[in-house]
Amino acid sequence: MLYREAGQFKTTYAEDMAIFPIRQDRIALGILLGIAFVGVPLLATFHIWPFNSEYLLWAILLPFLILALAAIGVNILVGYCGQISLGSGAFMAIGAYSAYKLGTGVHIPLAWFGFAISIPPLPVLPSILLGGLMAAIAGILFGIPSLRIKGLYLAVATLAAQFFFDWVFLRVPWFTNYAPSGSVNAPRLDFFGLAVNTPIERYLLCLIFITVFAVLAKNLVRGNLGRQWMAIRDMDIAAELIGIRPLYAKLTAFAVSSFIIGVAGALWAFVYLGSWEPLAFSIDRSLQLLFMVIIGGLGSIMGSFVGAAFILILPIMLNLIPTQLGVPLSTETITHLEFIIFGSLICYLLIKEPHGFARLISIGKEKLRLWPFPY
Amino acid sequence: MRAPDTNEILLQVEGVSLAFGGVKALRDVSFDIRKGEIRAIIGPNGAGKTSMLNVINGFYHPNHGAITFKGRTRAQMQPFEASRGGIARTFQNVALFKGMSALDNIMAGRTLKMRRGLLWQMLRYGPALAEEIEHRHRVEEIIDFLEIEAIRKVPVARLPYGLQKRVELGRALAMEPDLLLLDEPMAGMNLEEKEDMSRFIIDVNNHYGTTIALIEHDMAVVMDLSHRVAVLDHGVKIADGTPDEVKENQAVIDAYLGVAH
Amino acid sequence: MIGLGQFLEVLIGGLMSGVLYSLVALGFVLIFKASGVFNFAQGAMVLLAGLALVRSLDLLVAWGLPLWVAIILGIGFAAVIMAITAWLIERFVIGPLVNQDALTLFMSTIGVTFILEGAAQMIFGSDAYPLRLFPMDAWFLFEDLFPGGILLNKLDVWGGFIAGILVAGLAIFFERTKTGRALRAVADDHLAAQSVGIPISWIWFVVWLAAGLVALVAATVWGTKLGVQFSITFLALKALPVLIIGGLTSIPGAIVGGFIVGAGEKIAEVFLGSYIGGGIEYWFAYVLALVVLLVRPQGLFGERIIERI
Repeated sequence: MLYREAGQFKTTYAEDMAIFPIRQDRIALGILLGIAFVGVPLLATFHIWPFNSEYLLWAILLPFLILALAAIGVNILVGYCGQISLGSGAFMAIGAYSAYKLGTGVHIPLAWFGFAISIPPLPVLPSILLGGLMAAIAGILFGIPSLRIKGLYLAVATLAAQFFFDWVFLRVPWFTNYAPSGSVNAPRLDFFGLAVNTPIERYLLCLIFITVFAVLAKNLVRGNLGRQWMAIRDMDIAAELIGIRPLYAKLTAFAVSSFIIGVAGALWAFVYLGSWEPLAFSIDRSLQLLFMVIIGGLGSIMGSFVGAAFILILPIMLNLIPTQLGVPLSTETITHLEFIIFGSLICYLLIKEPHGFARLISIGKEKLRLWPFPY
Repeated sequence: MRAPDTNEILLQVEGVSLAFGGVKALRDVSFDIRKGEIRAIIGPNGAGKTSMLNVINGFYHPNHGAITFKGRTRAQMQPFEASRGGIARTFQNVALFKGMSALDNIMAGRTLKMRRGLLWQMLRYGPALAEEIEHRHRVEEIIDFLEIEAIRKVPVARLPYGLQKRVELGRALAMEPDLLLLDEPMAGMNLEEKEDMSRFIIDVNNHYGTTIALIEHDMAVVMDLSHRVAVLDHGVKIADGTPDEVKENQAVIDAYLGVAH
Repeated sequence: MIGLGQFLEVLIGGLMSGVLYSLVALGFVLIFKASGVFNFAQGAMVLLAGLALVRSLDLLVAWGLPLWVAIILGIGFAAVIMAITAWLIERFVIGPLVNQDALTLFMSTIGVTFILEGAAQMIFGSDAYPLRLFPMDAWFLFEDLFPGGILLNKLDVWGGFIAGILVAGLAIFFERTKTGRALRAVADDHLAAQSVGIPISWIWFVVWLAAGLVALVAATVWGTKLGVQFSITFLALKALPVLIIGGLTSIPGAIVGGFIVGAGEKIAEVFLGSYIGGGIEYWFAYVLALVVLLVRPQGLFGERIIERI
C-alpha cells in the first residue's frame, strides 16, 4: 500500500518531466544516496560488518562503480543509439593511457622539424577528463564507418579498434614511457591538494564521478539528443525524414559514449588497478561490458548499474555457495559455469525481455502500484 | 469541398522518371500542388504512388526531371534537407520509433525546431529546460488536437494500429510542415477510424492551412477530401483534375476496371 | 635484402593459412545466407567440434582400437555433437527469436558463443590437445632455383584440398538439391517461404548443422596445426574481417577474402613488421576490413541492397 501515486498531481510540465516523477521513488533514491555517500564510508571507517575487512570496498564496490560508469557509456551507444560495439575495452584503454601520458608529461620529439612538443605533467583530474576526450575523438573516428554501414558490419569495425589499440599499447613503448615490463604505474592521486589513497577515499571519488555522470547521461537521454539517438535506433530512415541527421546523431552518440568509457578506463587504471598492462582492456572487457548492458537493460541508465552488479556478483556467488554447501568447485569449473550462465542468461533475456532486469524491475513497480489487484 | 482561393504553386514536379534497374517506377510524371489544397494521388497497386512521395521528400533520387519546392528547383537532395525545407511525411506501414512513448515520438518531430546544444542538454537547466518545456507545450496541443491524451506515455509498440497511425500523424504535425505527405493514412482502418482520420486531415488543412498530398485507396474518402486528384498507372500520369472530372475520365475507369466507382 | 625466394615463400605460406580462415568463414556465410544471422559463435563451434573429436579420439585409441577405426568413430561422434548443438540452438535460441532485428540475433549468438565455450571446456577439458590427422612435414620446392628452396607445408596443402572439396560440395548443395533451393527461398523471405510450405525450423537446423560440420572440418585442419585449444576461437574471429572483405553472402568471397587476409597479413608482418614493430598479424585483417567497409561496404563479392520504406 506504500507504493501509490494517487494524490500526487503534477501541475507543470517541468514536474511531469522530472527524472523520478513518483514521490516514493524519490524517497528511495534519497535513501540509497544517503547510504552510498554517508552510510558506507561511516561503516567502513569503523570497520562495522559487512565492512570489517576491506574486501567489500576493494573487490566489489570499487570495480562496481567504475564498470557501471563504463556500462552507462556502452549503453548510450548500444542501448540508446543501437550501434553495436565490441571495442569498448579499447576506448577504456585509450582513456587510461591518454590520462597516464598527460599525468606524467607528454614529450613528442619531432626530429624532422628540429623541435619537440612538450606538455608538463597535468594534475590528475584534468588528465582523467582529457583522457576521456581523447577516447571521444577516437570514438568519432571509429564511428565514421557507421554512417555507411549498419549493425553487424559495425561489429567488425569496432573489433578493428579493439585489436589495433591492444597492439598499439603493447608495442609502442612511447605510451608506456618505455617501461621495460610494459606495465605502468598511475601517478599519485591528488585532487586539489587532497590525496586519495585509502579504499574509502577511492570509493568516494568514484562515487562522485558516477553520480555526476549518471545524472548528466540521464539528462541527455531524456532530452532532444536522446530522442534523436533512439529514433535512429528504432527506425533510421523515418528519423532522417523528420529532420534528424544521422551524421550528427550517430557521431554524438559515439563521442559521448566513448568519453564516458574513456573516463571509466582512466579511473579503472588510476584508482582501481594502480598499475596495469594492456591486458586489462582486452576484448574480454568489451564483451563483459556488453553483457552488463544486455543483462541490465538496453536503453536504461539504471540497468547499467544492475547489470554491472550482477556480472560482478555472480562469480563471487558461484565461488561462495558451493563452498558453503560443502562442494567447492575448482576455479576452472567456476569460470566455465560463469560462461554458461552468462550466455544462457543473455539468450533468455533477448528472447523474453530485451530490456533486461531494468524492465523486470519496472514491471514489478507497475504491479506494486496496483497491488493487491492484478490490474 | 471548397478549393483554396489562392493559385500559388507550392510544389511543381516536372518530367520525373525513376527506374530501379530495369523496372521503371515513374515515367515522365509532371504535376503541381497548390498552396493550401488537399491533393490526392491515386492509382492501382504498383502505379508508383509511394515512389512519387519518396522522390518528393528526397529518399529516392529521380533519374530525370526536376522538382521545384517553394520556388527552388532541385534534382537531388537528402531526406533531412527536405524535412528542413518543410516537408513532413507519414508512411504506408507505420514507421514509428517503437521503443519510445507516443509523447517522445511526437517530441522527436520537434527536433528541427530545437536549438540547444549537447552541453546545455546535458545540464538540462535554464535555457535547455525552458526550451524542452516550451516544445512540450506545443506537443501537448497536438496531442489534444488528435485526442490521444490518455496514451501519451505508452510505448507505441503497445498501441493498436489505428492509434499508431494517429501518433504518426502527430509526429508529422509536430514538424509544422508546409507540405504534409500522407501515404495511405486510412489503410486497414474500420469505418469509424476512417471518419476520425478524415476529420483530422480536414482540420489540419483548415486549421493550420497545411498543404496536404495524400495517397489513398478508399475512393469515397479521396473524392470527399481532396480538391484535386492526380491518377497514376504503371508509372505514368493518366489523368489530373477535380474529383468529378477524374471520376468521368475513361482512362481512369479503364485502369480501375473491375473496381467499383 | 629480401629475395624473391623468400617473398614467394611468405606469399605461399600466407595464401595457405588464408585457406584456414576461409574454412571458418564458409560456416559464417552459410548461416548468414540462410537466416540473416551473423553468427559470432562460429569460432566456438570450431572449438567444440575440435575438442569433441580430439578427446574421443584419445579415448578410443586408449581402448586399443586401430587408428583408422578410432578416427572414423571420433569424427562420427563429433558430428553427432554438432548435430545436437545445431538442434539445441535452433530450438532454444534462433527459433524463438524469429522476426527479431539483426542486432538482437547477433547478440544472441554472442550468448551462444559463451554457452558453447563454457560447456565444451567443462565437458571435454580446457588444456591444449595435440591432434595428428594430417602429415606435418614440409616439401621444399624449386631447390635449384632458390637457395634452400621454397618451404611448403603438407598440412597447408591438405587444408587447401579440403576447402576446395567443401566449396564444391556446398555449391552443389545450394544449387542442385531441394533442401538447397528451400534454403535460398528462406534466405530471401522466410515468411513467404513458410507460407508455401517450407518447414523453416527444419531448414534452419540443416543450416546450423552444415555450419557445424564445416566447423568440424576446420577443426581437423586447425587442430593439427595448432593443437585443439581455447585460443582457436580468437583465430576463428578473423573469419569476420575475411567475410567483410569478401562480401557477407558470397561463398567465393569467403575464399578470396581468406586468401587476401592470409597473404596480406603475412607479407605485412615480414616486410613492415621490422619498421613499425612486430605482431601486425594481430590487427591487420581487421584494419583492412575497416578500409574495405569505408570504400566498398558490400565487400568485393557482395550484392548491393536497395532500401525500401
